[in-house]
Amino acid sequence: MALKTFKIGGVHWDDHKIARDAAIEQLPIPSKVAISMAQHLGAPAVPCVEKGDKVKVGQVIGTPAGFVSGFVHSSVSGTVSAVEPRADIVGNMVMHVCIDVEGDEFVDGIFTSDRVEREIKGSAEELLEKIKNAGIVGMGGATFPTHIKLAPPKDKKAEYLIINGAECEPYVTADDRLMREHPHEVVLGARIMARVLGVEMIVIAVEENKPEAFDALTDATLRYVGIEVVKMKKKYPQGGEKQLIDAITGRRVPSGALPIDTGCVVQNVATSYAVYQAVQKNRPLFERVMTVTGECLPQPRNFMVRLGTPLSYILDAVGGLPENAVKVVSGGPMMGKAVVNLEATTQKGSSCLLLLTAEQTSRAPETACIRCARCSQACPMGLEPWLLNRLGRAGDNDGLEANKIYDCIECGCCQSTCPAHIPLLDVVRTGKADVMKIIRARAKK
Amino acid sequence: MAKLTVSLSPHFQSPVTTRVLMNDVLIALAPAVLVSLLFYGWNFFMLLMVSVATCIACEFVIENYLLGKDIPSISATCLTGVLLALNLPPAAPWWVAFLGSIAAIGIAKMCFGGLGQNIFNPAIFGRVFLLVSFPAVMTTWAAPAGWLGVDAFSGATPLAAINEGLRQGIPASQIIADNNLSGWHMLFARAGGSAGEISALALILGFVYLLVKKVIRPHIPLAILGTVVVLTSIFSLINPDQFTGPLFNLFTGGLLLGAIFMATDYVTSPMAPLGMIIYGVLIGLLTVLIRYFGSYPEGVSFAILLGNMATPLINKYCKPRRFAA
Repeated sequence: MALKTFKIGGVHWDDHKIARDAAIEQLPIPSKVAISMAQHLGAPAVPCVEKGDKVKVGQVIGTPAGFVSGFVHSSVSGTVSAVEPRADIVGNMVMHVCIDVEGDEFVDGIFTSDRVEREIKGSAEELLEKIKNAGIVGMGGATFPTHIKLAPPKDKKAEYLIINGAECEPYVTADDRLMREHPHEVVLGARIMARVLGVEMIVIAVEENKPEAFDALTDATLRYVGIEVVKMKKKYPQGGEKQLIDAITGRRVPSGALPIDTGCVVQNVATSYAVYQAVQKNRPLFERVMTVTGECLPQPRNFMVRLGTPLSYILDAVGGLPENAVKVVSGGPMMGKAVVNLEATTQKGSSCLLLLTAEQTSRAPETACIRCARCSQACPMGLEPWLLNRLGRAGDNDGLEANKIYDCIECGCCQSTCPAHIPLLDVVRTGKADVMKIIRARAKK
Repeated sequence: MAKLTVSLSPHFQSPVTTRVLMNDVLIALAPAVLVSLLFYGWNFFMLLMVSVATCIACEFVIENYLLGKDIPSISATCLTGVLLALNLPPAAPWWVAFLGSIAAIGIAKMCFGGLGQNIFNPAIFGRVFLLVSFPAVMTTWAAPAGWLGVDAFSGATPLAAINEGLRQGIPASQIIADNNLSGWHMLFARAGGSAGEISALALILGFVYLLVKKVIRPHIPLAILGTVVVLTSIFSLINPDQFTGPLFNLFTGGLLLGAIFMATDYVTSPMAPLGMIIYGVLIGLLTVLIRYFGSYPEGVSFAILLGNMATPLINKYCKPRRFAA
């Protein structure tokens, strides 16, 4: 049978999954952590502790500041040393709760055993409440609060729950390890979310370059009906929400619409694991699996990391920042963000720390566009990046809108294929921001 | 603290650069160039050298000396030179290559702003410039002469022979038989004509290389060749005495060279698959019409120039398949 995949565009870069055979290790807890209040999409949480307070692992330290917002929990036990704005990974000043670590004492009620709890108790509402209180967000990188996605508007009905185990970004192996080592937890998390949504059909999508994960999940799902593990072709951006829905169901999310409009809800495998921990173990989201990788590292690793751990501390654990590494990326090479500041700390969406050398990441000087159309062949949204580049540089916002710049998912396929090294996505991002502003202003009138 | 490089994503760039792509086209042309060298010897070698050198010199003068910039891609400039040489009669004198190259780079490419900005394929423009300006020189053909080099004579290309014969009222099949012009003959280097037209097989080899390396997509060549085959089949079925058949048309003249290497020029051809097909059909149609009804025996060059002119319009209306309607 042909492997499933999305129909338009995409690229087939070498997947560089050099950390795939490194089992998840518990990273020792650092002596100080700084936990960001803006680890989710939406309004930053409001700190609810003060300097000098004693906190335990799993204790709420930030409360939601709006509808699209979320709880933040302490990842360590100790004393709050400061509540202050600090620079996050990309350099934005964000409120952080800084904690000096003392011991490792959990809040009462958190189960710390590794036993798999299979029996799902509680109604959909109770389960949703637990997920919300655990501060769970989309852990594939988008960090949209999960409880909102699991509570679609009344007039929309979810038919499919798609668990995204594509992990199509090169280098990243955090989800792969999670699926291989904790398949039962991932499957149970998916079943919990399915119960919340009231859907009958769960599809777990795994790319073909993770055969062990596919087998482990297939074994773990044998006992259940209504849950299917599907092997996907290796193609970037397979894990894009819209691409994944197209690949699995053949449905296309229209411009400006949400996945739920096609009857689909997509959640990442790490989110699924976090949901399991929250519901079955009373364990809110305070740690995650993170790949630390790059060809310049002697040994790429996968760590279970407490949120708020400084990046410099993680780098020390792998032998320090290698001499020849010039760029540190939080996330994968296609959509990850370049780290500005190594004293910044890990967040709920930090799936990977990628170290790149100058040869791997240097931007060659831009040359003339030769109209080879590789960018529009690669674009998974069927756009024409070469045209958007021209219109964008000319400041032609009407032209940009007519050519659907708002559909861009910023996957980076265009720019990475460009033989003339044109910074297509840089230009498109700027143009897209301008056009979205215009569209929003028009909607207000 | 260590200094970190910061930029927006993506943080990865494909190793396939403009230079790599252009070099791949040059490699794909290698079989055709080698066959031409074998059959036409020193004179073709001279033409090749003069074209390439003039193209580079011309672009250097304009880009570096007049504009103070660097040549963006020497490989692309070489490619124009090589293609122009392959489009010349193999017995042509050196100044033909020289003037053609100046027209190709100086007028068709640099006047429009250099690499990526030109409307017409420079090499085709150069050839048509020469054809119109020096018709006598451009239609003095050398018959392929084995290993011996050029044996210049005022012979006719297969297409010219047909054109001339039909005018005298001889049936097409008769002319083909008289001149030993069956399509299978021409597949293996028996056809007289421009240097690059000598061996269909060498050109097809290059085509396969381009497809395997994903330098070009098959849409344009297949649309052109398909249109020619379909149209010539219909015409030759209706009146075989007046119109030559598909096999003959496929392997004669500049059709393969044009369809594979000239019409697929990135800059001057449409970018969306549907546009590529429309453009290919247009070129195929024009080629057949010019060959059958025009006063010139060969129509590929003109057809491609006309196709180039339609490209911006085609690009405007043929968009790629969008993800969201």
